[in-house]
Amino acid sequence: MFVGYFTERPYQDPESGYFGATGRSIMDLGMSNGAYNPRLGADLYHRYLDEKLYAEEMGFDGLMLNEHHSTPFCMGQVANVEAAILARITKRAKIVLLGNVLPIWDDPLWLAEELAQIDMISRGRLVTGWVRGTGRESIAHNAQPPYNWERFQEAHDFIVAAWTRPGPFRWEGEHYHYRYVNPWSRPYQQPHPPIWIPGVMSRNTVAWAARHRYPYVMLATDLGPTKESFDYYAQVAREHGYEAGTQHRSYLLKVHVDETEEKAQEVGRKFIDGPSNPFLEGNQGNIRPFLQNLPGMTSRTQLLPTVNVRAAARSRGRTEADAAGGAGPPPPPDKSAAYREQQERLSIVTGTPDTVIPKLRTMLETIRPGSVFFWDGDGAMDHDDAMRSLRLMGQEVLPALREIGKELDLKGPFEIDPATNAPVVGRNEAAGDAR
Amino acid sequence: MCDGAYPAARGGVDCLPVVRRSDYALSSGGERVSDYREQEVALATGRLRVLCGGDGPPLVLLHHSWGGAGWSPFHVALASHFSVFAFDMPGYGGSERPEWAREPRDLAIIVARAIRQAAPGAVTLLGSGLGGFVAAELAVMNAVPLHALVLVGAAGVKPEAGEIMDQMMMSHADYARASCRDDAHFARVFGDPPGDDMKQLWDFSREMTARVTWKPYMFSRRLPPLLADLRVPTLLVWGGEDRVVPPECGAAYAARIPGARLEVVAGAGHLVEFEEPARVAALVAGLSRGAGAAGAAA
Repeated sequence: MFVGYFTERPYQDPESGYFGATGRSIMDLGMSNGAYNPRLGADLYHRYLDEKLYAEEMGFDGLMLNEHHSTPFCMGQVANVEAAILARITKRAKIVLLGNVLPIWDDPLWLAEELAQIDMISRGRLVTGWVRGTGRESIAHNAQPPYNWERFQEAHDFIVAAWTRPGPFRWEGEHYHYRYVNPWSRPYQQPHPPIWIPGVMSRNTVAWAARHRYPYVMLATDLGPTKESFDYYAQVAREHGYEAGTQHRSYLLKVHVDETEEKAQEVGRKFIDGPSNPFLEGNQGNIRPFLQNLPGMTSRTQLLPTVNVRAAARSRGRTEADAAGGAGPPPPPDKSAAYREQQERLSIVTGTPDTVIPKLRTMLETIRPGSVFFWDGDGAMDHDDAMRSLRLMGQEVLPALREIGKELDLKGPFEIDPATNAPVVGRNEAAGDAR
Repeated sequence: MCDGAYPAARGGVDCLPVVRRSDYALSSGGERVSDYREQEVALATGRLRVLCGGDGPPLVLLHHSWGGAGWSPFHVALASHFSVFAFDMPGYGGSERPEWAREPRDLAIIVARAIRQAAPGAVTLLGSGLGGFVAAELAVMNAVPLHALVLVGAAGVKPEAGEIMDQMMMSHADYARASCRDDAHFARVFGDPPGDDMKQLWDFSREMTARVTWKPYMFSRRLPPLLADLRVPTLLVWGGEDRVVPPECGAAYAARIPGARLEVVAGAGHLVEFEEPARVAALVAGLSRGAGAAGAAA
C-alpha cells in the first residue's frame, strides 16, 4: 500500500482581517490580493516545504501537491516550483502532483518540459496528475469552460506524445498547434512518469481514466458515493477488457492525529477554520455557484454519485441556489454540527492513534484503495499542529496501516502496475513497493 | 454538425422549446398578440428555428446573448410593420449548435445563409446585444442585401472608457436584472420570479455565448475597421442607462458607420426594446420607410 501526505498550503494571515477578525468578505474570487503579504508568504512556503521533508522522514511514501489559482486556500499556484524544490531536497518519497490543471495551459509543451525536468531532478520520483480545475482556475487564467474537457484530453495526448515520441514532430490539433515539438528534456522514468487522475464528480473523467488504466484519486468524497464511483470505474474497466484492482483506486481523506483525544478534537476543528478550502463544509468561505458551475464546464448528465456529497455539490453550485439564482451568500454554517457530521461520516478522521486506526480500517475495508493520502496541517492548523500529527502518524499510524493493508491485500500502483495488472519489478523501488 | 476530434462535455438537451410566456398574451398596448408560426431552416451546418409573423417588408431579428425571448411584445410591435423573422441564432434555443463555431463571425456566416433561404431579397436586419454584434458582422460581409440595419445595445465594439458587463462573473438572474432599467421592468420582461423555462434558456444560452465570445468578451478588434465601408441606412438604439453595453459603444458605432443615426432612449436600460417595444418598433419602421423613400428617389 502507498501512503501519501497532503496539505493545501493555505495562506494563513490573521492580520488580513479576512478570517474571522473583522468580518471582511471571504467570498470566493471576491477578495483582493492587495492584502497579500509576500514576507508571510515566504514563511509559509518554507513551513510547508519543511513539513513535507518531515513527512518523508516519518515514512510517508508520497508527498502530494495540488494547484489552485487566485485563492487564499491554496498557495500552490505554481505547484511545479514546489515539486522541483522537493525533487532536490528529498531522497526517497514520490512527488505526487494532483494535479496540474491541464485545460488552462495554452502551451502544454511548457508543462511537458517542466515535468520532465522535475522527474530528472528527482531521479524518477515524479507522479503526475492532471485535473480539469474547479471553475475558479478557468476564470483566473481565462480558459473557455466549454472547451475544458476537449482541452484536457488533447493536452494529455500532446504531453504524452512530447514525452514519448522522438522529435522533432509537428502537432496540429483542435486546440494546440506546434510546428516544432522537440523538448530538450525527457522524463527520467520511461516511457513517462505515472499518471494518476484526481477528481470528484465527473463520470466523463472517471471513464476516461479507466480507459487509460490510470489510477483515479477520489478527493475527500464520502465513503458510500466513493465506492459507487469506483464501481463505475470497474465497470468501464471491464468494458475495456481488464479488471480494476486496488492499484487503480486511490483516496484522499482528512486525518489529524494528536497526543490526547481532547487535543485532537480541538485541533481537528481547525480543518474548517480560517482560510480552509471553501469546498469544505462548515468553513467561513462562500462559494458563488455560477463561478464553480461555469457554462459548459461539465456535462450536466455525466455526474458521479459523489456529486451529491454536500461539499462537492456546494462547490459546484448544485445545491442551495441553482445556477440561475442570485449571488447571495448561504446562511452561516453551523460549524459544530458540520464538524461532528464530517467525523461521523469519516470525512474527517481525528483522534489519538488508538482511535484513528480503527476508523482508517473501516475506510480501507469499505473502498479498498491501493493508495491513500492523509490531508492534514490545513485550515487554521499551525506548524506545531502539523508536526505533532506527522510524528504520531509516522510512529504509530503508518506501521499499523501498512499491516492492515497487507491483511486486506491492498496493493498500490508501485506494486501492481495499473497499466498491465502485473507485479512491478525493477523500477520504482524508491517508495511504497519496498514495503 | 462538425464534431471535433475530442468529445466535448455536452448537456442532455440539444435544443429548447420556444419560451411561451402567458403574460405575453397581451402586448403592452393591450391588443391581442398576433399569431406567429415556427419554421425551420435546414443548412448543412445544422437546423435553425425561426419564428415568423406579421405583414410587410421582411425584418430579421437576432436576439440577445440570453436567447430568443419567444414571441414578445416587441415582436408583436414589429409585426404590425414587418414580416418578422426571429431567428434562434446557431447554438441557441431551437437551433442546432455548430460545434466548430468559435466567434460571432461564424454565427453571422450561418445566419446569412439562413436568411437567404427564409427571406430572399433585401431585408431589414435588427440585432440586439450579442445579436447586434452578429448583425454587424453579417452586415460588413455584404452576404445579404440589406434594406436597413438596426443595432440595439449592440456588443461588438470595445468601449474606450467603460466596460461591457461580464455576464460570466455574475449569476444569470443578476445579469438579467442589470440589463433592465429597474426591478419593475425586470419583472415585466422576465417574469417575477422568472419561470423555469426562462432560467433554462439563460443557462443553455450562456454556454453557447461562452463558446463564441469568451476571450475577448463581446467585442472584436477585427470588426470596427470594416464598418466604415458600410453603405446601408443604419439606426443605433441605446438605452440611456444601459449598464451592459455602455452608450459610448453606440456613439462608436455611429462614428464609424457612414450616415448612421444614434437614438438614445433616456432612462431605458440595455433591454430598451423590451422596455419600450412600441417606441423602438416605431423608430425601426421610420428608418425603414425612410430607407425605402431614399431607395425610390435613387
